[in-house]
Amino acid sequence: MDPECSQLLPALCAVLADPRQPVADDTCLEKLLDWFKTITKAGSSLLLLQENPCLVELLCHVLKPQDLSSRVLSFSLRLAGVFAAQEDCFQYLQQGELLPRLFGEPGPLGGAAWTAPSVRSGWIQGLRSLAQHPSALHFLADCGAVDTIFSLQGDSSLFVASAAGQLLVHILGLSMQGLAEGHPSLQAGDWPVCAQKIVGHIEESLHSTAVPQITQALNVLTTTFGHCHDPWTQVLWVRLSPLVGSLLEKDPVPAAHSLVDLLLSVARSPGLSSSSCGLWETLAQTLNHLSPTQAGPLALGILKLQDCPQVLRAQAFVILLQPLACVLKATGQDPGPSGVLDSATGDSLTVDVLLSSKAACVGLLCRTLAHLELLQPLPQRPCPWPQEPLLGAAVTLLQLCRGSASPASDVGRHLCALLLGCVRVQRAALDFLGTLSQGTGPQELVTEVFAVLLEYLRSPDSSPTVLKKAFQATFRWLLSSPKTPGCCDLEPHALLVLRELLPVLQKRLCSPCWEVRDSGLEFLTQMTRHWGGQAGFRHALLASEVPKLTEQLLRDPESYVRASAVTVMGQLSSQGLHVTPVSPEHPGGQQKSLLVELLHILSTDSEGFPRRAVMQVFTQWLRDHHADVAGDTEQFMARVLQVASQDLDWEVRAQGLELALVFLEQTLGQFHSHCPYAVTPPVAAPAGSLAQALQPLCRVRLFEFAFRALFDCDRPVAQKSCDLLLFLRAKTASSSGSLEESRSGPDVASVEAALQRWQAGDQGQPLGDLEPEVVLAVLRSVDLEGLRGALAEGSDHMEKSPQSLLQDMLATVGVLGENEADCY
Amino acid sequence: MKLYCLSGHPTLPCNVLKFKSTTIMLDCGLDMTSTLNFLPLPLVQSPRLSNLPGWSLKDGNAFLDKTELIDLSTVDVILISNYHCMMALPYITEHTGFTGTVYATEPTVQIGRLLMEELVNFIERVPKAQSASLWKNKDIQRLLPSPLKDAVEVSTWRRCYTMQEVNSALSKIQLVGYSQKIELFGAVQVTPLSSGYALGSSNWIIQSHYEKVSYVSGSSLLTTHPQPMDQASLKNSDVLILTGLTQIPTANPDGMVGEFCSNLALTVRNGGNVLVPCYPSGVIYDLLECLYQYIDSAGLSNIPFYFISPVANSSLEFSQIFAEWLCHNKQTKVYLPEPPFPHAELIQTNKLKHYPSLHGDFSSDFRQPCVVFTGHPSLRFGDVVHFMELWGKSSLNTVIFTEPDFSYLEALAPYQPLAMKCIYCPIDTRLNFIQVSKLLKEVQPLHVVCPEQYTQPPPAQSHRMDLMIDCQPPAMSYRRAEVLALPFKRRYEKIEIMPELADALVPMEIKPGISLATVSAVLHTKDNKHVLQPPPRPTQPTGGKKRKRASDDIPDCKVLKPLLSGSIPVEQFVQTLEKHGFSDIKVEDTAKGHIVLLQEAETLIQIEEDSTHIICDNDEVLRVRLRDLVLKFLQKF
Repeated sequence: MDPECSQLLPALCAVLADPRQPVADDTCLEKLLDWFKTITKAGSSLLLLQENPCLVELLCHVLKPQDLSSRVLSFSLRLAGVFAAQEDCFQYLQQGELLPRLFGEPGPLGGAAWTAPSVRSGWIQGLRSLAQHPSALHFLADCGAVDTIFSLQGDSSLFVASAAGQLLVHILGLSMQGLAEGHPSLQAGDWPVCAQKIVGHIEESLHSTAVPQITQALNVLTTTFGHCHDPWTQVLWVRLSPLVGSLLEKDPVPAAHSLVDLLLSVARSPGLSSSSCGLWETLAQTLNHLSPTQAGPLALGILKLQDCPQVLRAQAFVILLQPLACVLKATGQDPGPSGVLDSATGDSLTVDVLLSSKAACVGLLCRTLAHLELLQPLPQRPCPWPQEPLLGAAVTLLQLCRGSASPASDVGRHLCALLLGCVRVQRAALDFLGTLSQGTGPQELVTEVFAVLLEYLRSPDSSPTVLKKAFQATFRWLLSSPKTPGCCDLEPHALLVLRELLPVLQKRLCSPCWEVRDSGLEFLTQMTRHWGGQAGFRHALLASEVPKLTEQLLRDPESYVRASAVTVMGQLSSQGLHVTPVSPEHPGGQQKSLLVELLHILSTDSEGFPRRAVMQVFTQWLRDHHADVAGDTEQFMARVLQVASQDLDWEVRAQGLELALVFLEQTLGQFHSHCPYAVTPPVAAPAGSLAQALQPLCRVRLFEFAFRALFDCDRPVAQKSCDLLLFLRAKTASSSGSLEESRSGPDVASVEAALQRWQAGDQGQPLGDLEPEVVLAVLRSVDLEGLRGALAEGSDHMEKSPQSLLQDMLATVGVLGENEADCY
Repeated sequence: MKLYCLSGHPTLPCNVLKFKSTTIMLDCGLDMTSTLNFLPLPLVQSPRLSNLPGWSLKDGNAFLDKTELIDLSTVDVILISNYHCMMALPYITEHTGFTGTVYATEPTVQIGRLLMEELVNFIERVPKAQSASLWKNKDIQRLLPSPLKDAVEVSTWRRCYTMQEVNSALSKIQLVGYSQKIELFGAVQVTPLSSGYALGSSNWIIQSHYEKVSYVSGSSLLTTHPQPMDQASLKNSDVLILTGLTQIPTANPDGMVGEFCSNLALTVRNGGNVLVPCYPSGVIYDLLECLYQYIDSAGLSNIPFYFISPVANSSLEFSQIFAEWLCHNKQTKVYLPEPPFPHAELIQTNKLKHYPSLHGDFSSDFRQPCVVFTGHPSLRFGDVVHFMELWGKSSLNTVIFTEPDFSYLEALAPYQPLAMKCIYCPIDTRLNFIQVSKLLKEVQPLHVVCPEQYTQPPPAQSHRMDLMIDCQPPAMSYRRAEVLALPFKRRYEKIEIMPELADALVPMEIKPGISLATVSAVLHTKDNKHVLQPPPRPTQPTGGKKRKRASDDIPDCKVLKPLLSGSIPVEQFVQTLEKHGFSDIKVEDTAKGHIVLLQEAETLIQIEEDSTHIICDNDEVLRVRLRDLVLKFLQKF
């Protein structure tokens, strides 16, 4: 600890120990505790306590009967735990009988303070830090802490209860550490007393009829097997598995969720050789006993396991598929030749759950779809994967939700009534359908998929979120539709779909709901990005009204929609899809007008999103040498940089620097290209001196923009500018010899003076036209590395120091003395 | 209690309820779907229409959907639930000998008048030179092409009424307000309740002291412009008659409004015109409100909206003055003060213009592309006919159907082939089946009566079990020309006792809390009110013949046998019998009580909860002896 802090510490301890002084807030105490943790991790706690006796005094002081706040009490308990984690310090504190008084009966445990959850939590966390060495175990046994922890497992505060469970796991692990390596004997008598006690408690809880008790025991075991993979855990499992198995004989199975967690935790544990402990049998048995709703997560867990018997996997998969099999059966569909869903059919229990209530039905179906969606991309997913029946089920579910399916059976009609208009199932099924696009299906089924997707996109009743998902799923299916080798265009069938899709998209772009317009535009962006260069797509798109409507959305009242429209228009224009009939008097006039319109948005739009989108489009256009930009790049750059530099949104300014960087690279790339294969743009590169190369940058006033940004009040902008200038300096360093030095010129001085003014926060004066030589001189004189370092430090690096923390805490209670004069 | 069902159209109901000596007609809707059998009446001579093959002679195009199930002159009152359900009123009040009263709210009457006025105007301004009726002869009708030959009871089809008949019919209406209690002949009380569907639309409660019938017709739970529906007052009904549910249960009004706006914008942005065939009141207010919010965002501020109807001006202005009938939000606006509907602002800013017809000012102001709202939704008469002819040829234009009353395909039939785009966005805010089942759960009526169409899924979607009324006990259904005996019997009648008679009563407590007294009185019944009056004093037998005759009318006031009460404990009764020398007694338990068998005397004593019979053959002495023994166990008063 540095001397400054040591000096402040006694005063702080006095403040904390004084019940009349309010402690600022919890976060200060947390920071303080973190600081002590770092100190004790780095050095000896004992030394710390000896050098700062005020700390022990504080711990002693909190024990006195007084009205100390529960925060401070909790803090002290945790602090004591942190110190006592080191065995020598533990002994030191033990000498003063401090620890039993803090954590034992005479301490807060017996007092009124115990009613505060934060104190109970502090007590547990203190013990958790303390329990690191064998002496601690003795201490715990002596003060009877374990029994208290048992009772805290059922605490009214969830945080306390959960922490108590974790503490038990920790203590169990610690007490078993002492045991000799290798397999400990099964004899309970051979185990340490503390471990025996805890295991005994777990056994007792598992025997109990009260569900909360069983849940607690199962949770402790789950954490144990999840965190500790020592050999003794296998012995523990062998010992407890009959008890766990007996839970399955009860109807209904108590604490099913926790049981599933435990079994999966055991199955995942590398410390257990599953085959030897009958785990697979237990898992199979559990799958059969749990209700369909509870069995789903277990089945998914089993299917995710790396090594697991094929029979069990098959059983789990059947369970997972059951709800969908029921749906297919209820609507009178063939579950397919693959047989997997076939064997899953006819489970009356699942049908009962599905039909019991709308909530149960929706819950089960959504969970099943989510589980299958998780499973689909995994390498260990079941093989063969029943792609066809699953596709069929997803399509059927979507039809049921729309009321467009015509089920033949009563179950089907009932299902239809439950699912009608259910947005949750619609969303889940659309997501799942999208995932299934990774695989293939027979043409008829794919046709059906597109039909149902179009039905959703067309329906006036589809909610905005459902529509968004329908757009996403449609895009994924269009992507996956089989391609003719060597050609990336949409295949004929997909093109047919596209022709039906565009009128729908057209209508959606006119929707009164802005979310719908926005997702329509996003969909268009995705499509254009992928197929913008393909003849079939281009033809269909240009034949529709979509490009025209999109252009109108540049003036949409909703800023998100404007931003999306800007993105789409940028892309359409890049791909040459923004061609309106050229009128004879303005050849190409339309094309120009988009650039003008985007510039207009950049300079006038009141919202940030559209302006950011414009900057991104411009950057992309510059990269792609878009015709509009390539025509007169310098004028374009000058205009954009001028507008962007005045923007209030830092992201626009940062994007402006990105644009500047692209321009810089392109300009200097011509100057000397390191890569012999670099594609140079068609504009002939005038190879000349560095000064000549920098001329265009000066003409567009890129440097003034960058220099100003260097002192931007938003750090990311300043950092980006710093990077840009450093990049430029590196580029020019090698060729600096070719420049005439003109360091003593008045221009350099005035620029530096301006920079200093800007740094001081004065943004007034513009620089005027800079000469390349001046720029290079300034670049060399400014301490860019230093600036970058300062920016990287973070704005609060000064305030983060422990010393400042201590000062802050003292200042809030007025102990530092500055305010004392006010008393008189 | 009986229900005579005169209309088979579930949303244009006409039922007659006979209840406690009153005859109440519930609504009189006019089903105009048969106008679709006729050719449109063009405002401007249309060579195309007049050259169409078929029947160029036209008859009147309104008809009355009624049968001679009941003599309509016996109807005491007509209760109107909303302006769409009163369009047949002139036919009833003017041509059937009806002498009763019609009850309706003020907006219903005013807007109903506008609808009738518009209808009459549409028909009268294109007078027909000839009319034919011979074809209505069954033998000729059989030879006509479909669908005319399949039309039922064409003989009942009538010409459209005149303005004079409308005025006369409307003069018979008495205005009522929500929750106002109206006594009908002292027998029943009727009360209109807000139904949330349209301005002034109501459901009705018809109740006596012990019975309550609710009539729900055209109600809505959506938040649109009218006052919200009053559900609480419908609770505890014995019978709930449910009509006027949404005609398009699969179309959600919100989605349809969105669809309407999108298609409108799409058309106008492409330079096309939009035609909206509609009624001059109702959904149009909501559509204008949605467009008010939408046009700026869709960049349509420069597109003119035209509303053309002979009653356009009145309709727009009436809507603004019925503040007390509007939803809460709109009511509060009035106090600001601001017009409750935003169409006032649309008119002020010249975005919405209204004209009585397309002649006159309209032709000089007309600017394209534009949006035109005009009637009639059947596309058979009104200014809409002209616009269909004008715009039908261009695929840039769109006709958007929002009224659900007519099949849009049939409505379009005479205009085919049509290049114009057709969009069907039916907006029907009336209750759907999900809302109905919630409503029924909430108000818990003992019995539900509804048109048969509501008790099964629509024929086209037979798997949609959700598209029908699902309640317990199952709803009773009716069809056209059916008489339904409503499933409850009247059990009680309220009778008043005159104070002096009540004073004279001497109650005797027979059980704690229950006292009885015998009453001798005269029951006086007048205007369905029953009063017990003290009996006249017995007159002296002296005097002439006249008096004697008067005394003949006086009920027999002889001292009556005492009334008995109590129950007979069988065991004690048997002991008593034994004490009195009867032996060989056998007791059998029956479902309702006991039978005591005196085997020797061949006598049966049948003891039940409310009766005791002594059955013995010709031994009067024994019977009297036994009777006296029985009486010992009973209280007399």
